[in-house]
Amino acid sequence: MKSTWKLALGLASAITASTAVSNAAHAEDLTLCWAAWDPANALVELSKDFTKQTGIGMKFEFVPWTNYADRFLNELNSHGKLCDLIIGDSQWIGGAAENGHYVKLNDFFDKEKISMDDFVPATVVGYSEWPKNTPNYWALPAMGDVVGWTYRKDWFSRPELQKEFKEKYGWELGPPKTYDQLLQIAEFFQKRQIDGKTVYGASIYTERGSEGITMGVTNVLYDFGFDYQNPNKAYDMQGFVNSPEAAKGLEFYKKLYDCCTPPGSSNVYMGESADAFKSGQVALHMNFAFTWPGLYKDEKVGGDKIGFFTNPAGPKGHFAQLGGQGISVVSYSDKQEAALKYIKWFANKDVQAKWWSLGGYSCLNAVVNDPKFPASQPYASTFLESMAIVKDFWAEPSYATLLQAMQKRVHDYVVADKGTAQEALDSLVKDWTQVFQDDGKM
Amino acid sequence: MLDRTADNVARATPEPLARRIRGISDKGLAWLFISPTILLLLAINIFPLFWAIYLSFTNYRANRPNEAVKNLGLANYRRILGDQDIWIAMQTTAHFVFWTILLQTVIGFTLAWLIDRKFRGHAFWTTIILVPMMLSPAVVGNFWRFLYEPQIGLFAYVVAFFTGIAPTHVQMLSNVELAPWAIIIVDTWMWTPYVMLICLAGLRSIPEYIYEAAEVDRASNWRQFWSITLPMALPFIMLAVLFRGIENFKMFDMVNLLTGGGPGSTTEVASITLKRQAFESWRTGYSSAFAIILFVAVFGLANIYVKALNKVKQR
Repeated sequence: MKSTWKLALGLASAITASTAVSNAAHAEDLTLCWAAWDPANALVELSKDFTKQTGIGMKFEFVPWTNYADRFLNELNSHGKLCDLIIGDSQWIGGAAENGHYVKLNDFFDKEKISMDDFVPATVVGYSEWPKNTPNYWALPAMGDVVGWTYRKDWFSRPELQKEFKEKYGWELGPPKTYDQLLQIAEFFQKRQIDGKTVYGASIYTERGSEGITMGVTNVLYDFGFDYQNPNKAYDMQGFVNSPEAAKGLEFYKKLYDCCTPPGSSNVYMGESADAFKSGQVALHMNFAFTWPGLYKDEKVGGDKIGFFTNPAGPKGHFAQLGGQGISVVSYSDKQEAALKYIKWFANKDVQAKWWSLGGYSCLNAVVNDPKFPASQPYASTFLESMAIVKDFWAEPSYATLLQAMQKRVHDYVVADKGTAQEALDSLVKDWTQVFQDDGKM
Repeated sequence: MLDRTADNVARATPEPLARRIRGISDKGLAWLFISPTILLLLAINIFPLFWAIYLSFTNYRANRPNEAVKNLGLANYRRILGDQDIWIAMQTTAHFVFWTILLQTVIGFTLAWLIDRKFRGHAFWTTIILVPMMLSPAVVGNFWRFLYEPQIGLFAYVVAFFTGIAPTHVQMLSNVELAPWAIIIVDTWMWTPYVMLICLAGLRSIPEYIYEAAEVDRASNWRQFWSITLPMALPFIMLAVLFRGIENFKMFDMVNLLTGGGPGSTTEVASITLKRQAFESWRTGYSSAFAIILFVAVFGLANIYVKALNKVKQR
């Protein structure tokens, strides 16, 4: 009987002790919040090295893109403690900084000798700085991303199609350099029979609910002369947002949508666009660069069948819409010290090199400027070229309101045939003016 | 003997003491039982309503809790009532409410009338007709989205079969003209059974002897329908219209799942605009004012309608 009691006591002590040890271990676990997509899986893989080195476990909270902003902005606004680290969208930076959601990283960077000069300048401005172009850092550039294009290399290289195209348009069928060329290629493939299947010209962003059509149309608008504001006078938008040149850019996007997209393309964003390409429906495909590794690996359309090109140049410039995110420490986290350890580890050159090799897009100069980088992946040089010409949407604290206004005005014109391009942009100026007036900035 | 003693003791006990002995009065007990419900109601219905009324006069934004809240007076209300986009959303809502109610009432009543004939297997068909109503709106929205898909959707192929139009041209959710009807079709498909059930209850409440008397008077079937069936079922039909009207005025799920308000703003009903202002643009004060306006509109219209319903019932 005595021995039974001893055994029971021993077991109870063992269970208590093991629970305490496991709680102690879990207490240090970090939770990283991000979108549910391919690079997130690469980050899970990469983070195993961090756990090995530091003993700090990593947990992940990944949310699909459609709910990503709603979910995590709600979390931040409610001062939630779910996320210790967050990879937040570039446009959140203003709001997150001004509302105190992110920890300011300047002192930490100074202490750990992490220099922002070591990162691609566009990503530092886009993902880390608020106010823009000032040395106030709220994130470490984590995932470079930019809108670019893929095309069906195998279709483009068919001699009969090349011949027909040359006869019709007078130039060799290949990746377009201008918007006229892009439109001609899209028209050429629209409703064409290839291998007994009807295919279409291009898949472009048209999504209404979150940010889709804005992330698509801005690529064209920038190149036609659209600007967010007067470079010499902040928030002066008249004649910059709604210049006649910008209206022409918007007209072009509508023309491309009307003539050359697959049926039912009125609500297309990253997932739908990639699906259209993967299913062999389209010759050209607009999407963020993060989709390229997955598409290149795709058995049906990847490998030799796929090619990549940067957003074409327009009459007033050559730009591409910036995507991507920086990694930040959430100011409501109780584990800020451990979270900063993760950032320090993530900024390391070897870690960044591995990040790229696993499918993440590193923003570290040492990685992307490596002479071997352009040849490291078939899409690497297109990514580099694209990152050199990026421009981003407003990153103001009111970015969501500004974005919704643009979504509405542009979608109304491009997809719903409402009014003219000039009227759409004029209305946009009114909407944005109201937002900035409400914010007391005008 | 024992009962009589207790009775005597009770009578001899002074009233305040008796109250203490008995504990709580019936009224007190009733309050005790309903107080959790009342507290819950106050916490999740009444307080938010008054809080929303308060916020509607301010510039409060839920995503900037640290910012000072400014009293704007009636500015939010003025801006909403002068906003052309809001009026367009209200028109879209009215269009949607009108057509869904009309179709659901006509089809629902017809189905109820047919089911009331009590033909062989009518119970089985009643169950089959009720199935759409039992499904979750999320499921209905998603599978209709696939059905409407122009390249693979069954709906496009059925239309193509009957009209000869190429299926890829039947773009129910992308076409500005067709998108509102796509939602009306789905809502009618889902909620007609509900209207049918209410109408069926109305039809079954008509006493048989009235029809027998009409038969004796040699009234035709048509005459019986117009003079007996329809007037006696009218309060039920009106009730169904009231329920569906209130529901469809605040319709959100189906529109959000099928079109998200698009293409453009073609199907942007008031609730979608409200959601965008409240949870995407984070204009909490502004959206509270809009919610109050919608609430007053629905409440006012419903009251007028209930008065009309009571008049019909009294006839």
